[in-house]
Amino acid sequence: MDDSRRRADARALTRRQALGCLAAWSGAAVVWTVAGGVPRALGATSTGAPMAPADGTLTFVQISDTHIGFNKAANPDVAGSLRRAIAEIHALPVAPALAVHTGDVSHLSKPEEFGQARDILKEIRVDRVHTIPGEHDTIDEGTTGYLRYFDHDGKGRSWYSFDQGGVHFVGLNNVQNFKLGTLAALGPEQLAWLKSDLAGVSHSTPLVVLAHIPLWTIWEPWGWGTADSGEAMAMLRPFGSVTVLNGHIHQVLQKVEGTVALHTANSLAYPLPTPGQAGIGEPGPVTVPAGELGHRLGTRELHVVRGQQALALIDRPLEG
Amino acid sequence: MEIPLHDRIHLRASLAARARTAMLAGAIAVAAALTQATAAAAADVDVEITKFAFAPKEITVTPGTRVAFVNRDETPHSVSATDKSFASKGLDTGERYEHVFDAEGDYAYLCTIHPFMTGVVHVRKR
Repeated sequence: MDDSRRRADARALTRRQALGCLAAWSGAAVVWTVAGGVPRALGATSTGAPMAPADGTLTFVQISDTHIGFNKAANPDVAGSLRRAIAEIHALPVAPALAVHTGDVSHLSKPEEFGQARDILKEIRVDRVHTIPGEHDTIDEGTTGYLRYFDHDGKGRSWYSFDQGGVHFVGLNNVQNFKLGTLAALGPEQLAWLKSDLAGVSHSTPLVVLAHIPLWTIWEPWGWGTADSGEAMAMLRPFGSVTVLNGHIHQVLQKVEGTVALHTANSLAYPLPTPGQAGIGEPGPVTVPAGELGHRLGTRELHVVRGQQALALIDRPLEG
Repeated sequence: MEIPLHDRIHLRASLAARARTAMLAGAIAVAAALTQATAAAAADVDVEITKFAFAPKEITVTPGTRVAFVNRDETPHSVSATDKSFASKGLDTGERYEHVFDAEGDYAYLCTIHPFMTGVVHVRKR
């Protein structure tokens, strides 16, 4: 079998798995596989032991916006929702190598919330869970409290990078730099760091960039955008495969710009309105009828397959 | 009989003292409540934080006014002056933050969690 045939077969299998999983899945994690630089979402089943990923692929999951500590009507049991998602992640047919959490780990930045979140996230059977801060994680004392629990590289900084499975991952903090009435930004210090970090990475290396607030402007009146995302995008464009994973807006939206694909994710806490949704007016928690919440929360599975530009993504609701 | 009589007198005096103490405490409590109510009616101003906005967004008060910011949303918010002259902690649902504006001036503020939420307090002598 030649390489192209093998790749085609691998894709077909992935698609079959994905369909099977979509039928069987009742959880909220998304697994990403990076195949040839293109994240492709992979399927999951609830039976059997996970398979090893195919050669040249990296599978990981994205969860987001767990808001540990939130306890109001929109979701009185956010810890339970996270645990359900973890059970679903463990039922995936291909065990993910790592997990990423795209921010708002906690609801009020309280130490007990960070502590509970860290304890639960440790239950995920992956090499490591990589988090970035959301604006709910930097209330009162900036990233100081957050970093007591989630200082991933020990440098006392909320942005970092790492390499795994041939993919260069970058975690950013875009929730703190702002002026009166403006969108939050990455800020000059972080942009300078990003530039120097990317300078050492080959343009053929797939990039996965994590940022809590979307790196494109979705709805400015609600702060759903990053003031200096244009500068970051200019640094990302030369790369052949870039996948930007965001949280913050508690729903799945996508934008593709050349080789850069941007995806927002579902929350594991509560739904938010659609951008600028008529009749709502503000981006506050939406309380849905009993039984519907599980359909509105979710996880993402991603697959990176070597030689393919786009990652495969599967977004799965916790239920249905 | 002397001893019981003495006891009764002592008891009566003790009861009277206790009643006086209770009445005094009650009076103090009433006075405090009145003072608070008077202050609230005469000097305090409430700014509600609701639907991701400060309402009213712009107020004008006299020096010495105590302004209360009360979060009515299910999402935490904060109140932070751009000139750093005052800043609340994160306010969860129902929590309030109060600040006394002593000096004249224009105090722009924002929610540091949602920086698109802004307001201003103008402090002016009458």
